[in-house]
Amino acid sequence: MTAPQPPTAGQHAFAPGRRGAARTIDVSMLAPGGFGHRSLMWWGTLGLVLIEGTMFALTIGAYFYLRERNTYWPPQNIAPPDLLWGTLNLLVLAASAIPNEIAKKAAERIDLRAVRLWLVVCLAFGVAFNAIRVFEFLHLNVTFSNDAYGSIVWMLLGLHTVHIATDVADTAVLTALMFIGPVEEKRFVDVEENAVYWYFVVATWLPIYGVIYWAPRII
Amino acid sequence: MNDPDRAPHGDARTAKAELPPVLEDAAALARTWSDPPGLVGWITTVDHKRIALRYLVTAFVMFLGGGVLASMMRLQLSRPENTLFGPDFYNQLFTTHGTNMMFLFAVPVTQALGIYFVPLMVGSRNIAFPRMVAYSYWLYLGGCLMLWVPFLLNTGPDMGWFSYAPLSEILYTPTKRADVWAQMITFTEVAGLAVAVSIVVTALKLRAPGMSLNRIPIFVWGMVVQSFMIIFAMPAIMLASTALILDRLANTHFFDVERGGDALLWQHLFWFFGHPEVYIIFIPGTALVSTIVTSFSRRHIFGYLAVVLSLVSTGFVGFGLWVHHMFATGLPKLGESFFTAASIIIAVPTGIQFFCWIATLWSGRVSLKTPLVWVLGFFWVFLIGGLTGVMLAAVPLDLQVHDTYFVVAHLHYVLIGGTVFPLFGAFYYWWPKLTGRMMRERLGIASFACFFVGFNLTFFPMHLLGLHGMPRRVYTYPPDAGWTTMNQLELVGVAFMTLGTLLFLADAWMALRHGATATDDPWLAGTLEWATTSPPPAYNFLHAPTVAGREPVWDNPPDQPIVVGLRTDVRDVLVTHVMDAEPDHRTEFPEPTKWPLLTALSTTALFVGSIFTAWAVVYCAVPLFVSMTGWFWPKHPGETGTQAWPIAHRTLPMPNEPPSGKAA
Repeated sequence: MTAPQPPTAGQHAFAPGRRGAARTIDVSMLAPGGFGHRSLMWWGTLGLVLIEGTMFALTIGAYFYLRERNTYWPPQNIAPPDLLWGTLNLLVLAASAIPNEIAKKAAERIDLRAVRLWLVVCLAFGVAFNAIRVFEFLHLNVTFSNDAYGSIVWMLLGLHTVHIATDVADTAVLTALMFIGPVEEKRFVDVEENAVYWYFVVATWLPIYGVIYWAPRII
Repeated sequence: MNDPDRAPHGDARTAKAELPPVLEDAAALARTWSDPPGLVGWITTVDHKRIALRYLVTAFVMFLGGGVLASMMRLQLSRPENTLFGPDFYNQLFTTHGTNMMFLFAVPVTQALGIYFVPLMVGSRNIAFPRMVAYSYWLYLGGCLMLWVPFLLNTGPDMGWFSYAPLSEILYTPTKRADVWAQMITFTEVAGLAVAVSIVVTALKLRAPGMSLNRIPIFVWGMVVQSFMIIFAMPAIMLASTALILDRLANTHFFDVERGGDALLWQHLFWFFGHPEVYIIFIPGTALVSTIVTSFSRRHIFGYLAVVLSLVSTGFVGFGLWVHHMFATGLPKLGESFFTAASIIIAVPTGIQFFCWIATLWSGRVSLKTPLVWVLGFFWVFLIGGLTGVMLAAVPLDLQVHDTYFVVAHLHYVLIGGTVFPLFGAFYYWWPKLTGRMMRERLGIASFACFFVGFNLTFFPMHLLGLHGMPRRVYTYPPDAGWTTMNQLELVGVAFMTLGTLLFLADAWMALRHGATATDDPWLAGTLEWATTSPPPAYNFLHAPTVAGREPVWDNPPDQPIVVGLRTDVRDVLVTHVMDAEPDHRTEFPEPTKWPLLTALSTTALFVGSIFTAWAVVYCAVPLFVSMTGWFWPKHPGETGTQAWPIAHRTLPMPNEPPSGKAA
């Protein structure tokens, strides 16, 4: 059995009707998917964002709880993290929102050429971000085993690193699929949702950056 | 009757008898939705019903295992200065019992019912993200093994189920016992979170046309509230257990006071999860009670809106209570007062639900069958648990009975009353749907009677023991303490509870073997799971339903429309709008797949390996990445049911396009 020819966008409908004695709602002309909040995966991603967002919020809460329990924060003889690498990363990550948005828009236009191009650009940003992250760790001026301050700072930065690393891995697989896999219309929805999750990772860096780099300086 | 809230008097199935002729090709649906036969199908299935049954059976085995541990403890305490078990083994007994019952029984068993019945109750062909649910089961099984295998090897956790630092730190627990506990947490929480997201999305996006928010069955509401609580609470315990294992294995200092850490941080993080956990366990219980009360009162529930809002507000307030577990830690008075107030306030929504249940029963035509009898048991037991809860919310009383058997009595009245009684009711209620066989009323009542009497005999004296000063978690006590008689009474209670459970098992076994065949709707209940066969086919509904009321089997007129036009050659599912459940689009659901199991195996390697070396996280990331890529990678062209490249005309609508135009 072959699939019925799909209608084009804007023509979708479900049609109330009747077949014999039965009243029916015919959904055969409904689209086989949809972008944004229409899609199941968009909601699934939102669930993940809630879980991970709670995790970050609690970790920041733990940071300030431990800060409250210590007289010196950071402990004496420990300098706050160097601003250079973290701030550079803030700029890189903020800038990555631009190719991310262009890739998202290209996906919504179903423009394969542009999606391929901008996914690669996003990926380059992601790799750069992870590379700079190594220097961030090296310039925290404290190790995780030094004291509770070091532990919680490493925990915050580590948690965020897990997210950027996995998101880069996701994006790499998706990019590969858009180049070599069987490309289907639904895959453009995946690209869009990948962009949504990337935004989450960017957005969480703002408070975490503020806590790691500025809380020891100004609070 | 002119009361619009009342169900129609006649046989609910008269409506069904007038159903229009069959329009769907049942054989094609069965071909499309069935699993491959045999072991391959068993491993690769993504059918929510099969996965849920697996969850149910595993969780029930955990219940029996936890019960055995509890009986061993009661046996040990039945005589003063008993030398049956030593203190070390006794510590493992109560820790494994508590951990098992909370993490491996109570939460998974309620989620299992959700996995099975939420898709059926909303009229869908499967649960959202079925592969993730399959993955979650394997992880949950890993968590079960993670607790029980070490226990059987005498390496079971022994720090109590809340594993307080600094006792659980490497200095005081130098063995692997605390690591085992911490990674068992990771297993079960990842599984629980995966299921929670699936259930929320199923309830939001896969509802039958017509099932607007105010027609969602209360059980589904309960599961949604539970799932949101899991989403917001479980990250706390994952953070806590990760920090603990890092303290132990990577030399960090989160809970180490000497290096700027703080042991109370553990308690805050743990109870920020641990108190909502109580409601995570209890909310599905109350939702089950609402369901059973409605079905056996033969009327719509009294105060639907009040009941739903009670569930939701319990979900919110449940997050503002955690400090009442920490009254004995010397917190500021203002904090204690706030949490006392919050702990008393939470009795209000539960009280509202109680009155709604009473009103429903009072004004209904009650049919006193076994499921309802268990619910009546719940009323009594949970009421007492709730009352002692209000008592414990007061700081002076809490300080007096802190860490005594009074608390043990309270928490068992709340948890067994709030969940196990409704669960047994639900087992009897849904057994015909799960298996297609009827259980026997008489055995069911006998099982209830034994369990109810046994429960009260076991746990009521604990209130008194606590007031007489018996601390929890002691492995023995002197003969002149005056506690002997009540402890012996409790052992008798355990015998009765065991008998009740065995009667249930015997009843279940006999029903499977020789039970009368169940009809589609043996209780004449109203929700959608009763509108399909018992047990449901792989595709759940021959005709995808639409609904015209809260209890569709009661409320739908005979000519209620059915959904047609879903493809039968692929796993086509209708997706609807969040608010009014209007049809929005169709989506293709995944076929059976081996990747969830492979991904779970690599996740397991990572979790278990991390106990021994932190590098396992790095090594095992490789198979994890490979298996997740295999999961995502298309198996064949055309898998998504959308057009292949090049795309002539786009078919997928944007979020802001209207849900439907004119018929094409």
